[in-house]
Amino acid sequence: MLIFEHARPGRRNYSQAPKTSASIDDIPDHLLRKKQPLLPEVSEMDTVRHYTRLSQKNFSIDTEFYPLGSCTMKYNPRACNALAMLPQYLSRHPLAPEDTGQGFLACMYELQEILKDVTGMAGITLAPMAGAQGELAGVMMIRAYHEAHGDFERTEIIVPDAAHGTNPATAVMCGFKVVEIPTDKEGNVDLNALKAAVGPKTAGLMLTNPSTLGVFEENIAEMSRVVHEAGGLLYYDGANLNAVLGKVKPGDMGFDVIHINLHKTFSTPHGGGGPGSAPIGVAKRLLPFMPVPFVTLEDGKYRWITEQERPQSIGHLSAHMGNAGVLLRAYIYVRLLGREGMNRIAEFATLNANYLMAELRKIGFEIAYPTRRASHEFIVTMKDIKDKTGVTAMNLAKRLLDKGYHAPTTYFPILVPECLLIEPAETESKQTLDAFVTAMKEILDEIEQQPDMVKSAPHNMPLRKLDDVKAARELDLCWKPGA
Amino acid sequence: MPFIPHTEEDIAEMLASIGADSIEALFDEIPANLKGGNLDEVPPGLSEMEITRLMMERASQDGFYQSFIGAGAYEHHIPAAVWQITTRGEFYSSYTPYQAEASQGTLQLLYEYQTMMASLTGMDVSNASMYDGATALAEAALMAVRSHKSSRCILIPETVHPVYRKVARAIVSNQKIEIVEVPFDKASGQVRLESLNAFATDDIAALVIPQPNFFGVLEQVDALTDWAHSKNALAIGVVNPTALALLKPPGEWGETGADIAVGEGQPLGIPLSSGGPYFGFMACKNSLIRQIPGRIIGRTNDLDGKPGFVLTLQAREQHIRRSKATSNICTNQGLMVTAATIYMSLLGPEGLRRVAAHSHANTSSLIKKLTAIPGVEQIFSSPFFHETAIRLPSSAANALAKLKQNGILGGFDLQTHYPELENILLVCATETKTEADIDNYVSQFRQALS
Repeated sequence: MLIFEHARPGRRNYSQAPKTSASIDDIPDHLLRKKQPLLPEVSEMDTVRHYTRLSQKNFSIDTEFYPLGSCTMKYNPRACNALAMLPQYLSRHPLAPEDTGQGFLACMYELQEILKDVTGMAGITLAPMAGAQGELAGVMMIRAYHEAHGDFERTEIIVPDAAHGTNPATAVMCGFKVVEIPTDKEGNVDLNALKAAVGPKTAGLMLTNPSTLGVFEENIAEMSRVVHEAGGLLYYDGANLNAVLGKVKPGDMGFDVIHINLHKTFSTPHGGGGPGSAPIGVAKRLLPFMPVPFVTLEDGKYRWITEQERPQSIGHLSAHMGNAGVLLRAYIYVRLLGREGMNRIAEFATLNANYLMAELRKIGFEIAYPTRRASHEFIVTMKDIKDKTGVTAMNLAKRLLDKGYHAPTTYFPILVPECLLIEPAETESKQTLDAFVTAMKEILDEIEQQPDMVKSAPHNMPLRKLDDVKAARELDLCWKPGA
Repeated sequence: MPFIPHTEEDIAEMLASIGADSIEALFDEIPANLKGGNLDEVPPGLSEMEITRLMMERASQDGFYQSFIGAGAYEHHIPAAVWQITTRGEFYSSYTPYQAEASQGTLQLLYEYQTMMASLTGMDVSNASMYDGATALAEAALMAVRSHKSSRCILIPETVHPVYRKVARAIVSNQKIEIVEVPFDKASGQVRLESLNAFATDDIAALVIPQPNFFGVLEQVDALTDWAHSKNALAIGVVNPTALALLKPPGEWGETGADIAVGEGQPLGIPLSSGGPYFGFMACKNSLIRQIPGRIIGRTNDLDGKPGFVLTLQAREQHIRRSKATSNICTNQGLMVTAATIYMSLLGPEGLRRVAAHSHANTSSLIKKLTAIPGVEQIFSSPFFHETAIRLPSSAANALAKLKQNGILGGFDLQTHYPELENILLVCATETKTEADIDNYVSQFRQALS
């Protein structure tokens, strides 16, 4: 039942809006609204009950194991939320003078310094509001760098075929042509293909390391050399930073610009799909191009650096300074972890992934890159199972929902057929992983004994499989009264 | 080891299963010369008690001010239920609803949000949100160019939020799209048709129309929309969602309505929070649905014919279309939209109308009292929504500094973005201000000028 279907004309909440109506006589009639908008007329209790019930129809980290590969669904500590929601932080206007927000700005400045150290970069800006916007900013800076050097011929960005879809989409948004290069059998970028692809048109290479295949790009130093010698820059998609945090710094791998998904590695909430936050780090040569604003410390006072001081900046990416509240949560998280805790993230994320990979292999699942170490995630391919039984990766994913587990990422990366990308994250216990393996074993047995039941999963959810084709063909995007 | 549950026994058993000697051995594919994990700048970890102390100290250092600043971010009362429900773990710690059957809560909520926003803007459809108002405008400009056959030129009046203009320029200029600014009329504070005549013979993809504009002033939206359509250009409305409870929605502007409506969703239950996270909204006519970026939720049926919700029209998006996607956008601002949807449900049409009307009336009362002070005048003659600009007889910066000493943030100095608008403040009094607050401001203001 929709919230609109609980509504009755004239029902309202009296305590949450002004007690009386106020005069708007001085606004000309032709600028006024004639028909009231379709907002529900419901009581406070109707609202609370309705949205509480809706929340209960979600799987979440707080309620289920959520091994969604590439998304780093780790526990979001409650303290990060509680402290970021102290009323002074919430009520601060973005245009309030800097001297009224020194406490807040201190947190932002320290976060910049910590991220700088963790990534090995020369500068950090907190401005981008999501991973994809961090990518946009990074690629814009690559473009600005070449143009500032009078080089307008660099029109291509190289992207491996295993990359996130946002990488090629971002390159195009920045006006570049995308050159895709293949992956070899071991899951590394094909080095010869890279060598053949670079040249005077190369603006840069976008790379995730560990890659989306869940393996560390072993030739990274050589790749860095090849791209730099061709005059291009190296972009690090920090989606998988969780796997190497404290172990290796992107700056030491030769990257010129990186983004960090705080909602992944730094445990800020995924919130049903946002808000994200993606600070970017840059090597020294890109410092002049960083998007504004960012915080500096001068004579014991924190203040914003603006575009007047950075004439070569790529400019503003948001109306204010990015997702401040998300940044505060990440700051609280890094202070709770500290140096020693930070080091352990990659260790236990990697331990969990390799353990789960080993256990799933033992019960009969095929690992896509069996000779490699898993980073913080790994890929199972269901190709043989599908050929033999007709059961697909998506069928298995839906059956996992029946057993109380969120499904892994399915059908990404695109180059592995019938794949499940599995990322357990460091916050899950061995006992949870063991229970998941048991569920996966049960499904394997079910595939053997009753494949049709698996194909028509889910069976225990409030709804059965939903019709995506009907959704796209007969678009119903808004409720209409009487419909 | 914060947030890591492993016991020594667990670790030993897991390593045995893997066949590795140590955790460090799991990193043996990383070339040794790249490894190096000194984190000297990262301080040692704090306990929850210690971080609580630190964050409370910093919060009290910043304290509370009574703010009369608007300029794109507005203080409104947020009902207690909004964030209590929004921060339930099931909303807070879930992700993009790729597995529809395990995400019906988020999906249905987004469908309800789309319904509310489409109605508030008077449009046919809404997406599931953008990062913020500024990027929503940039995406609307890209959308207009995609749908226009010949032009790559967008007209943006100087009355649009100055930082929105900068963001739009930064984002769209990569794609060889031209942004041309239209000057505003110094007397009315509006963009006038006469200023648009300079573009009479140009090929234009879209005209951006703010309502209210950055000065708080109401534009002649009907005439501007009709002008855009007479040029075969799209009309893009940039609107304040609170104001839409009172004002004619973009879908009804002019003869046939604006084509795209975007704006900053923050006034709908999102705390000011130093500028984010907020959310942008975007709604459009049916004819543009395949050009709209971002997530869209559709209603459909399950195998038994029961209604349910899914992500739809995904063929526009980066995870399917890669380099041919309508945008590189991946997430929306899910949690912010959750709060906004609950906010709109709690207020309903009459509640939101009262919030808007009170904000208007409070600012009117404030302006009336301020302009009674000798030398203070309202500079734009046109009607406003809930903020407008006043000229001071002396330094605006000095007045703001004195007000601040008394716990009041007195407004936004327009010279920050408009060098010619000297000693002019943009002031805003929403429904959160009482008559006593307004009188206190006026009395402090009078003293600050003397």
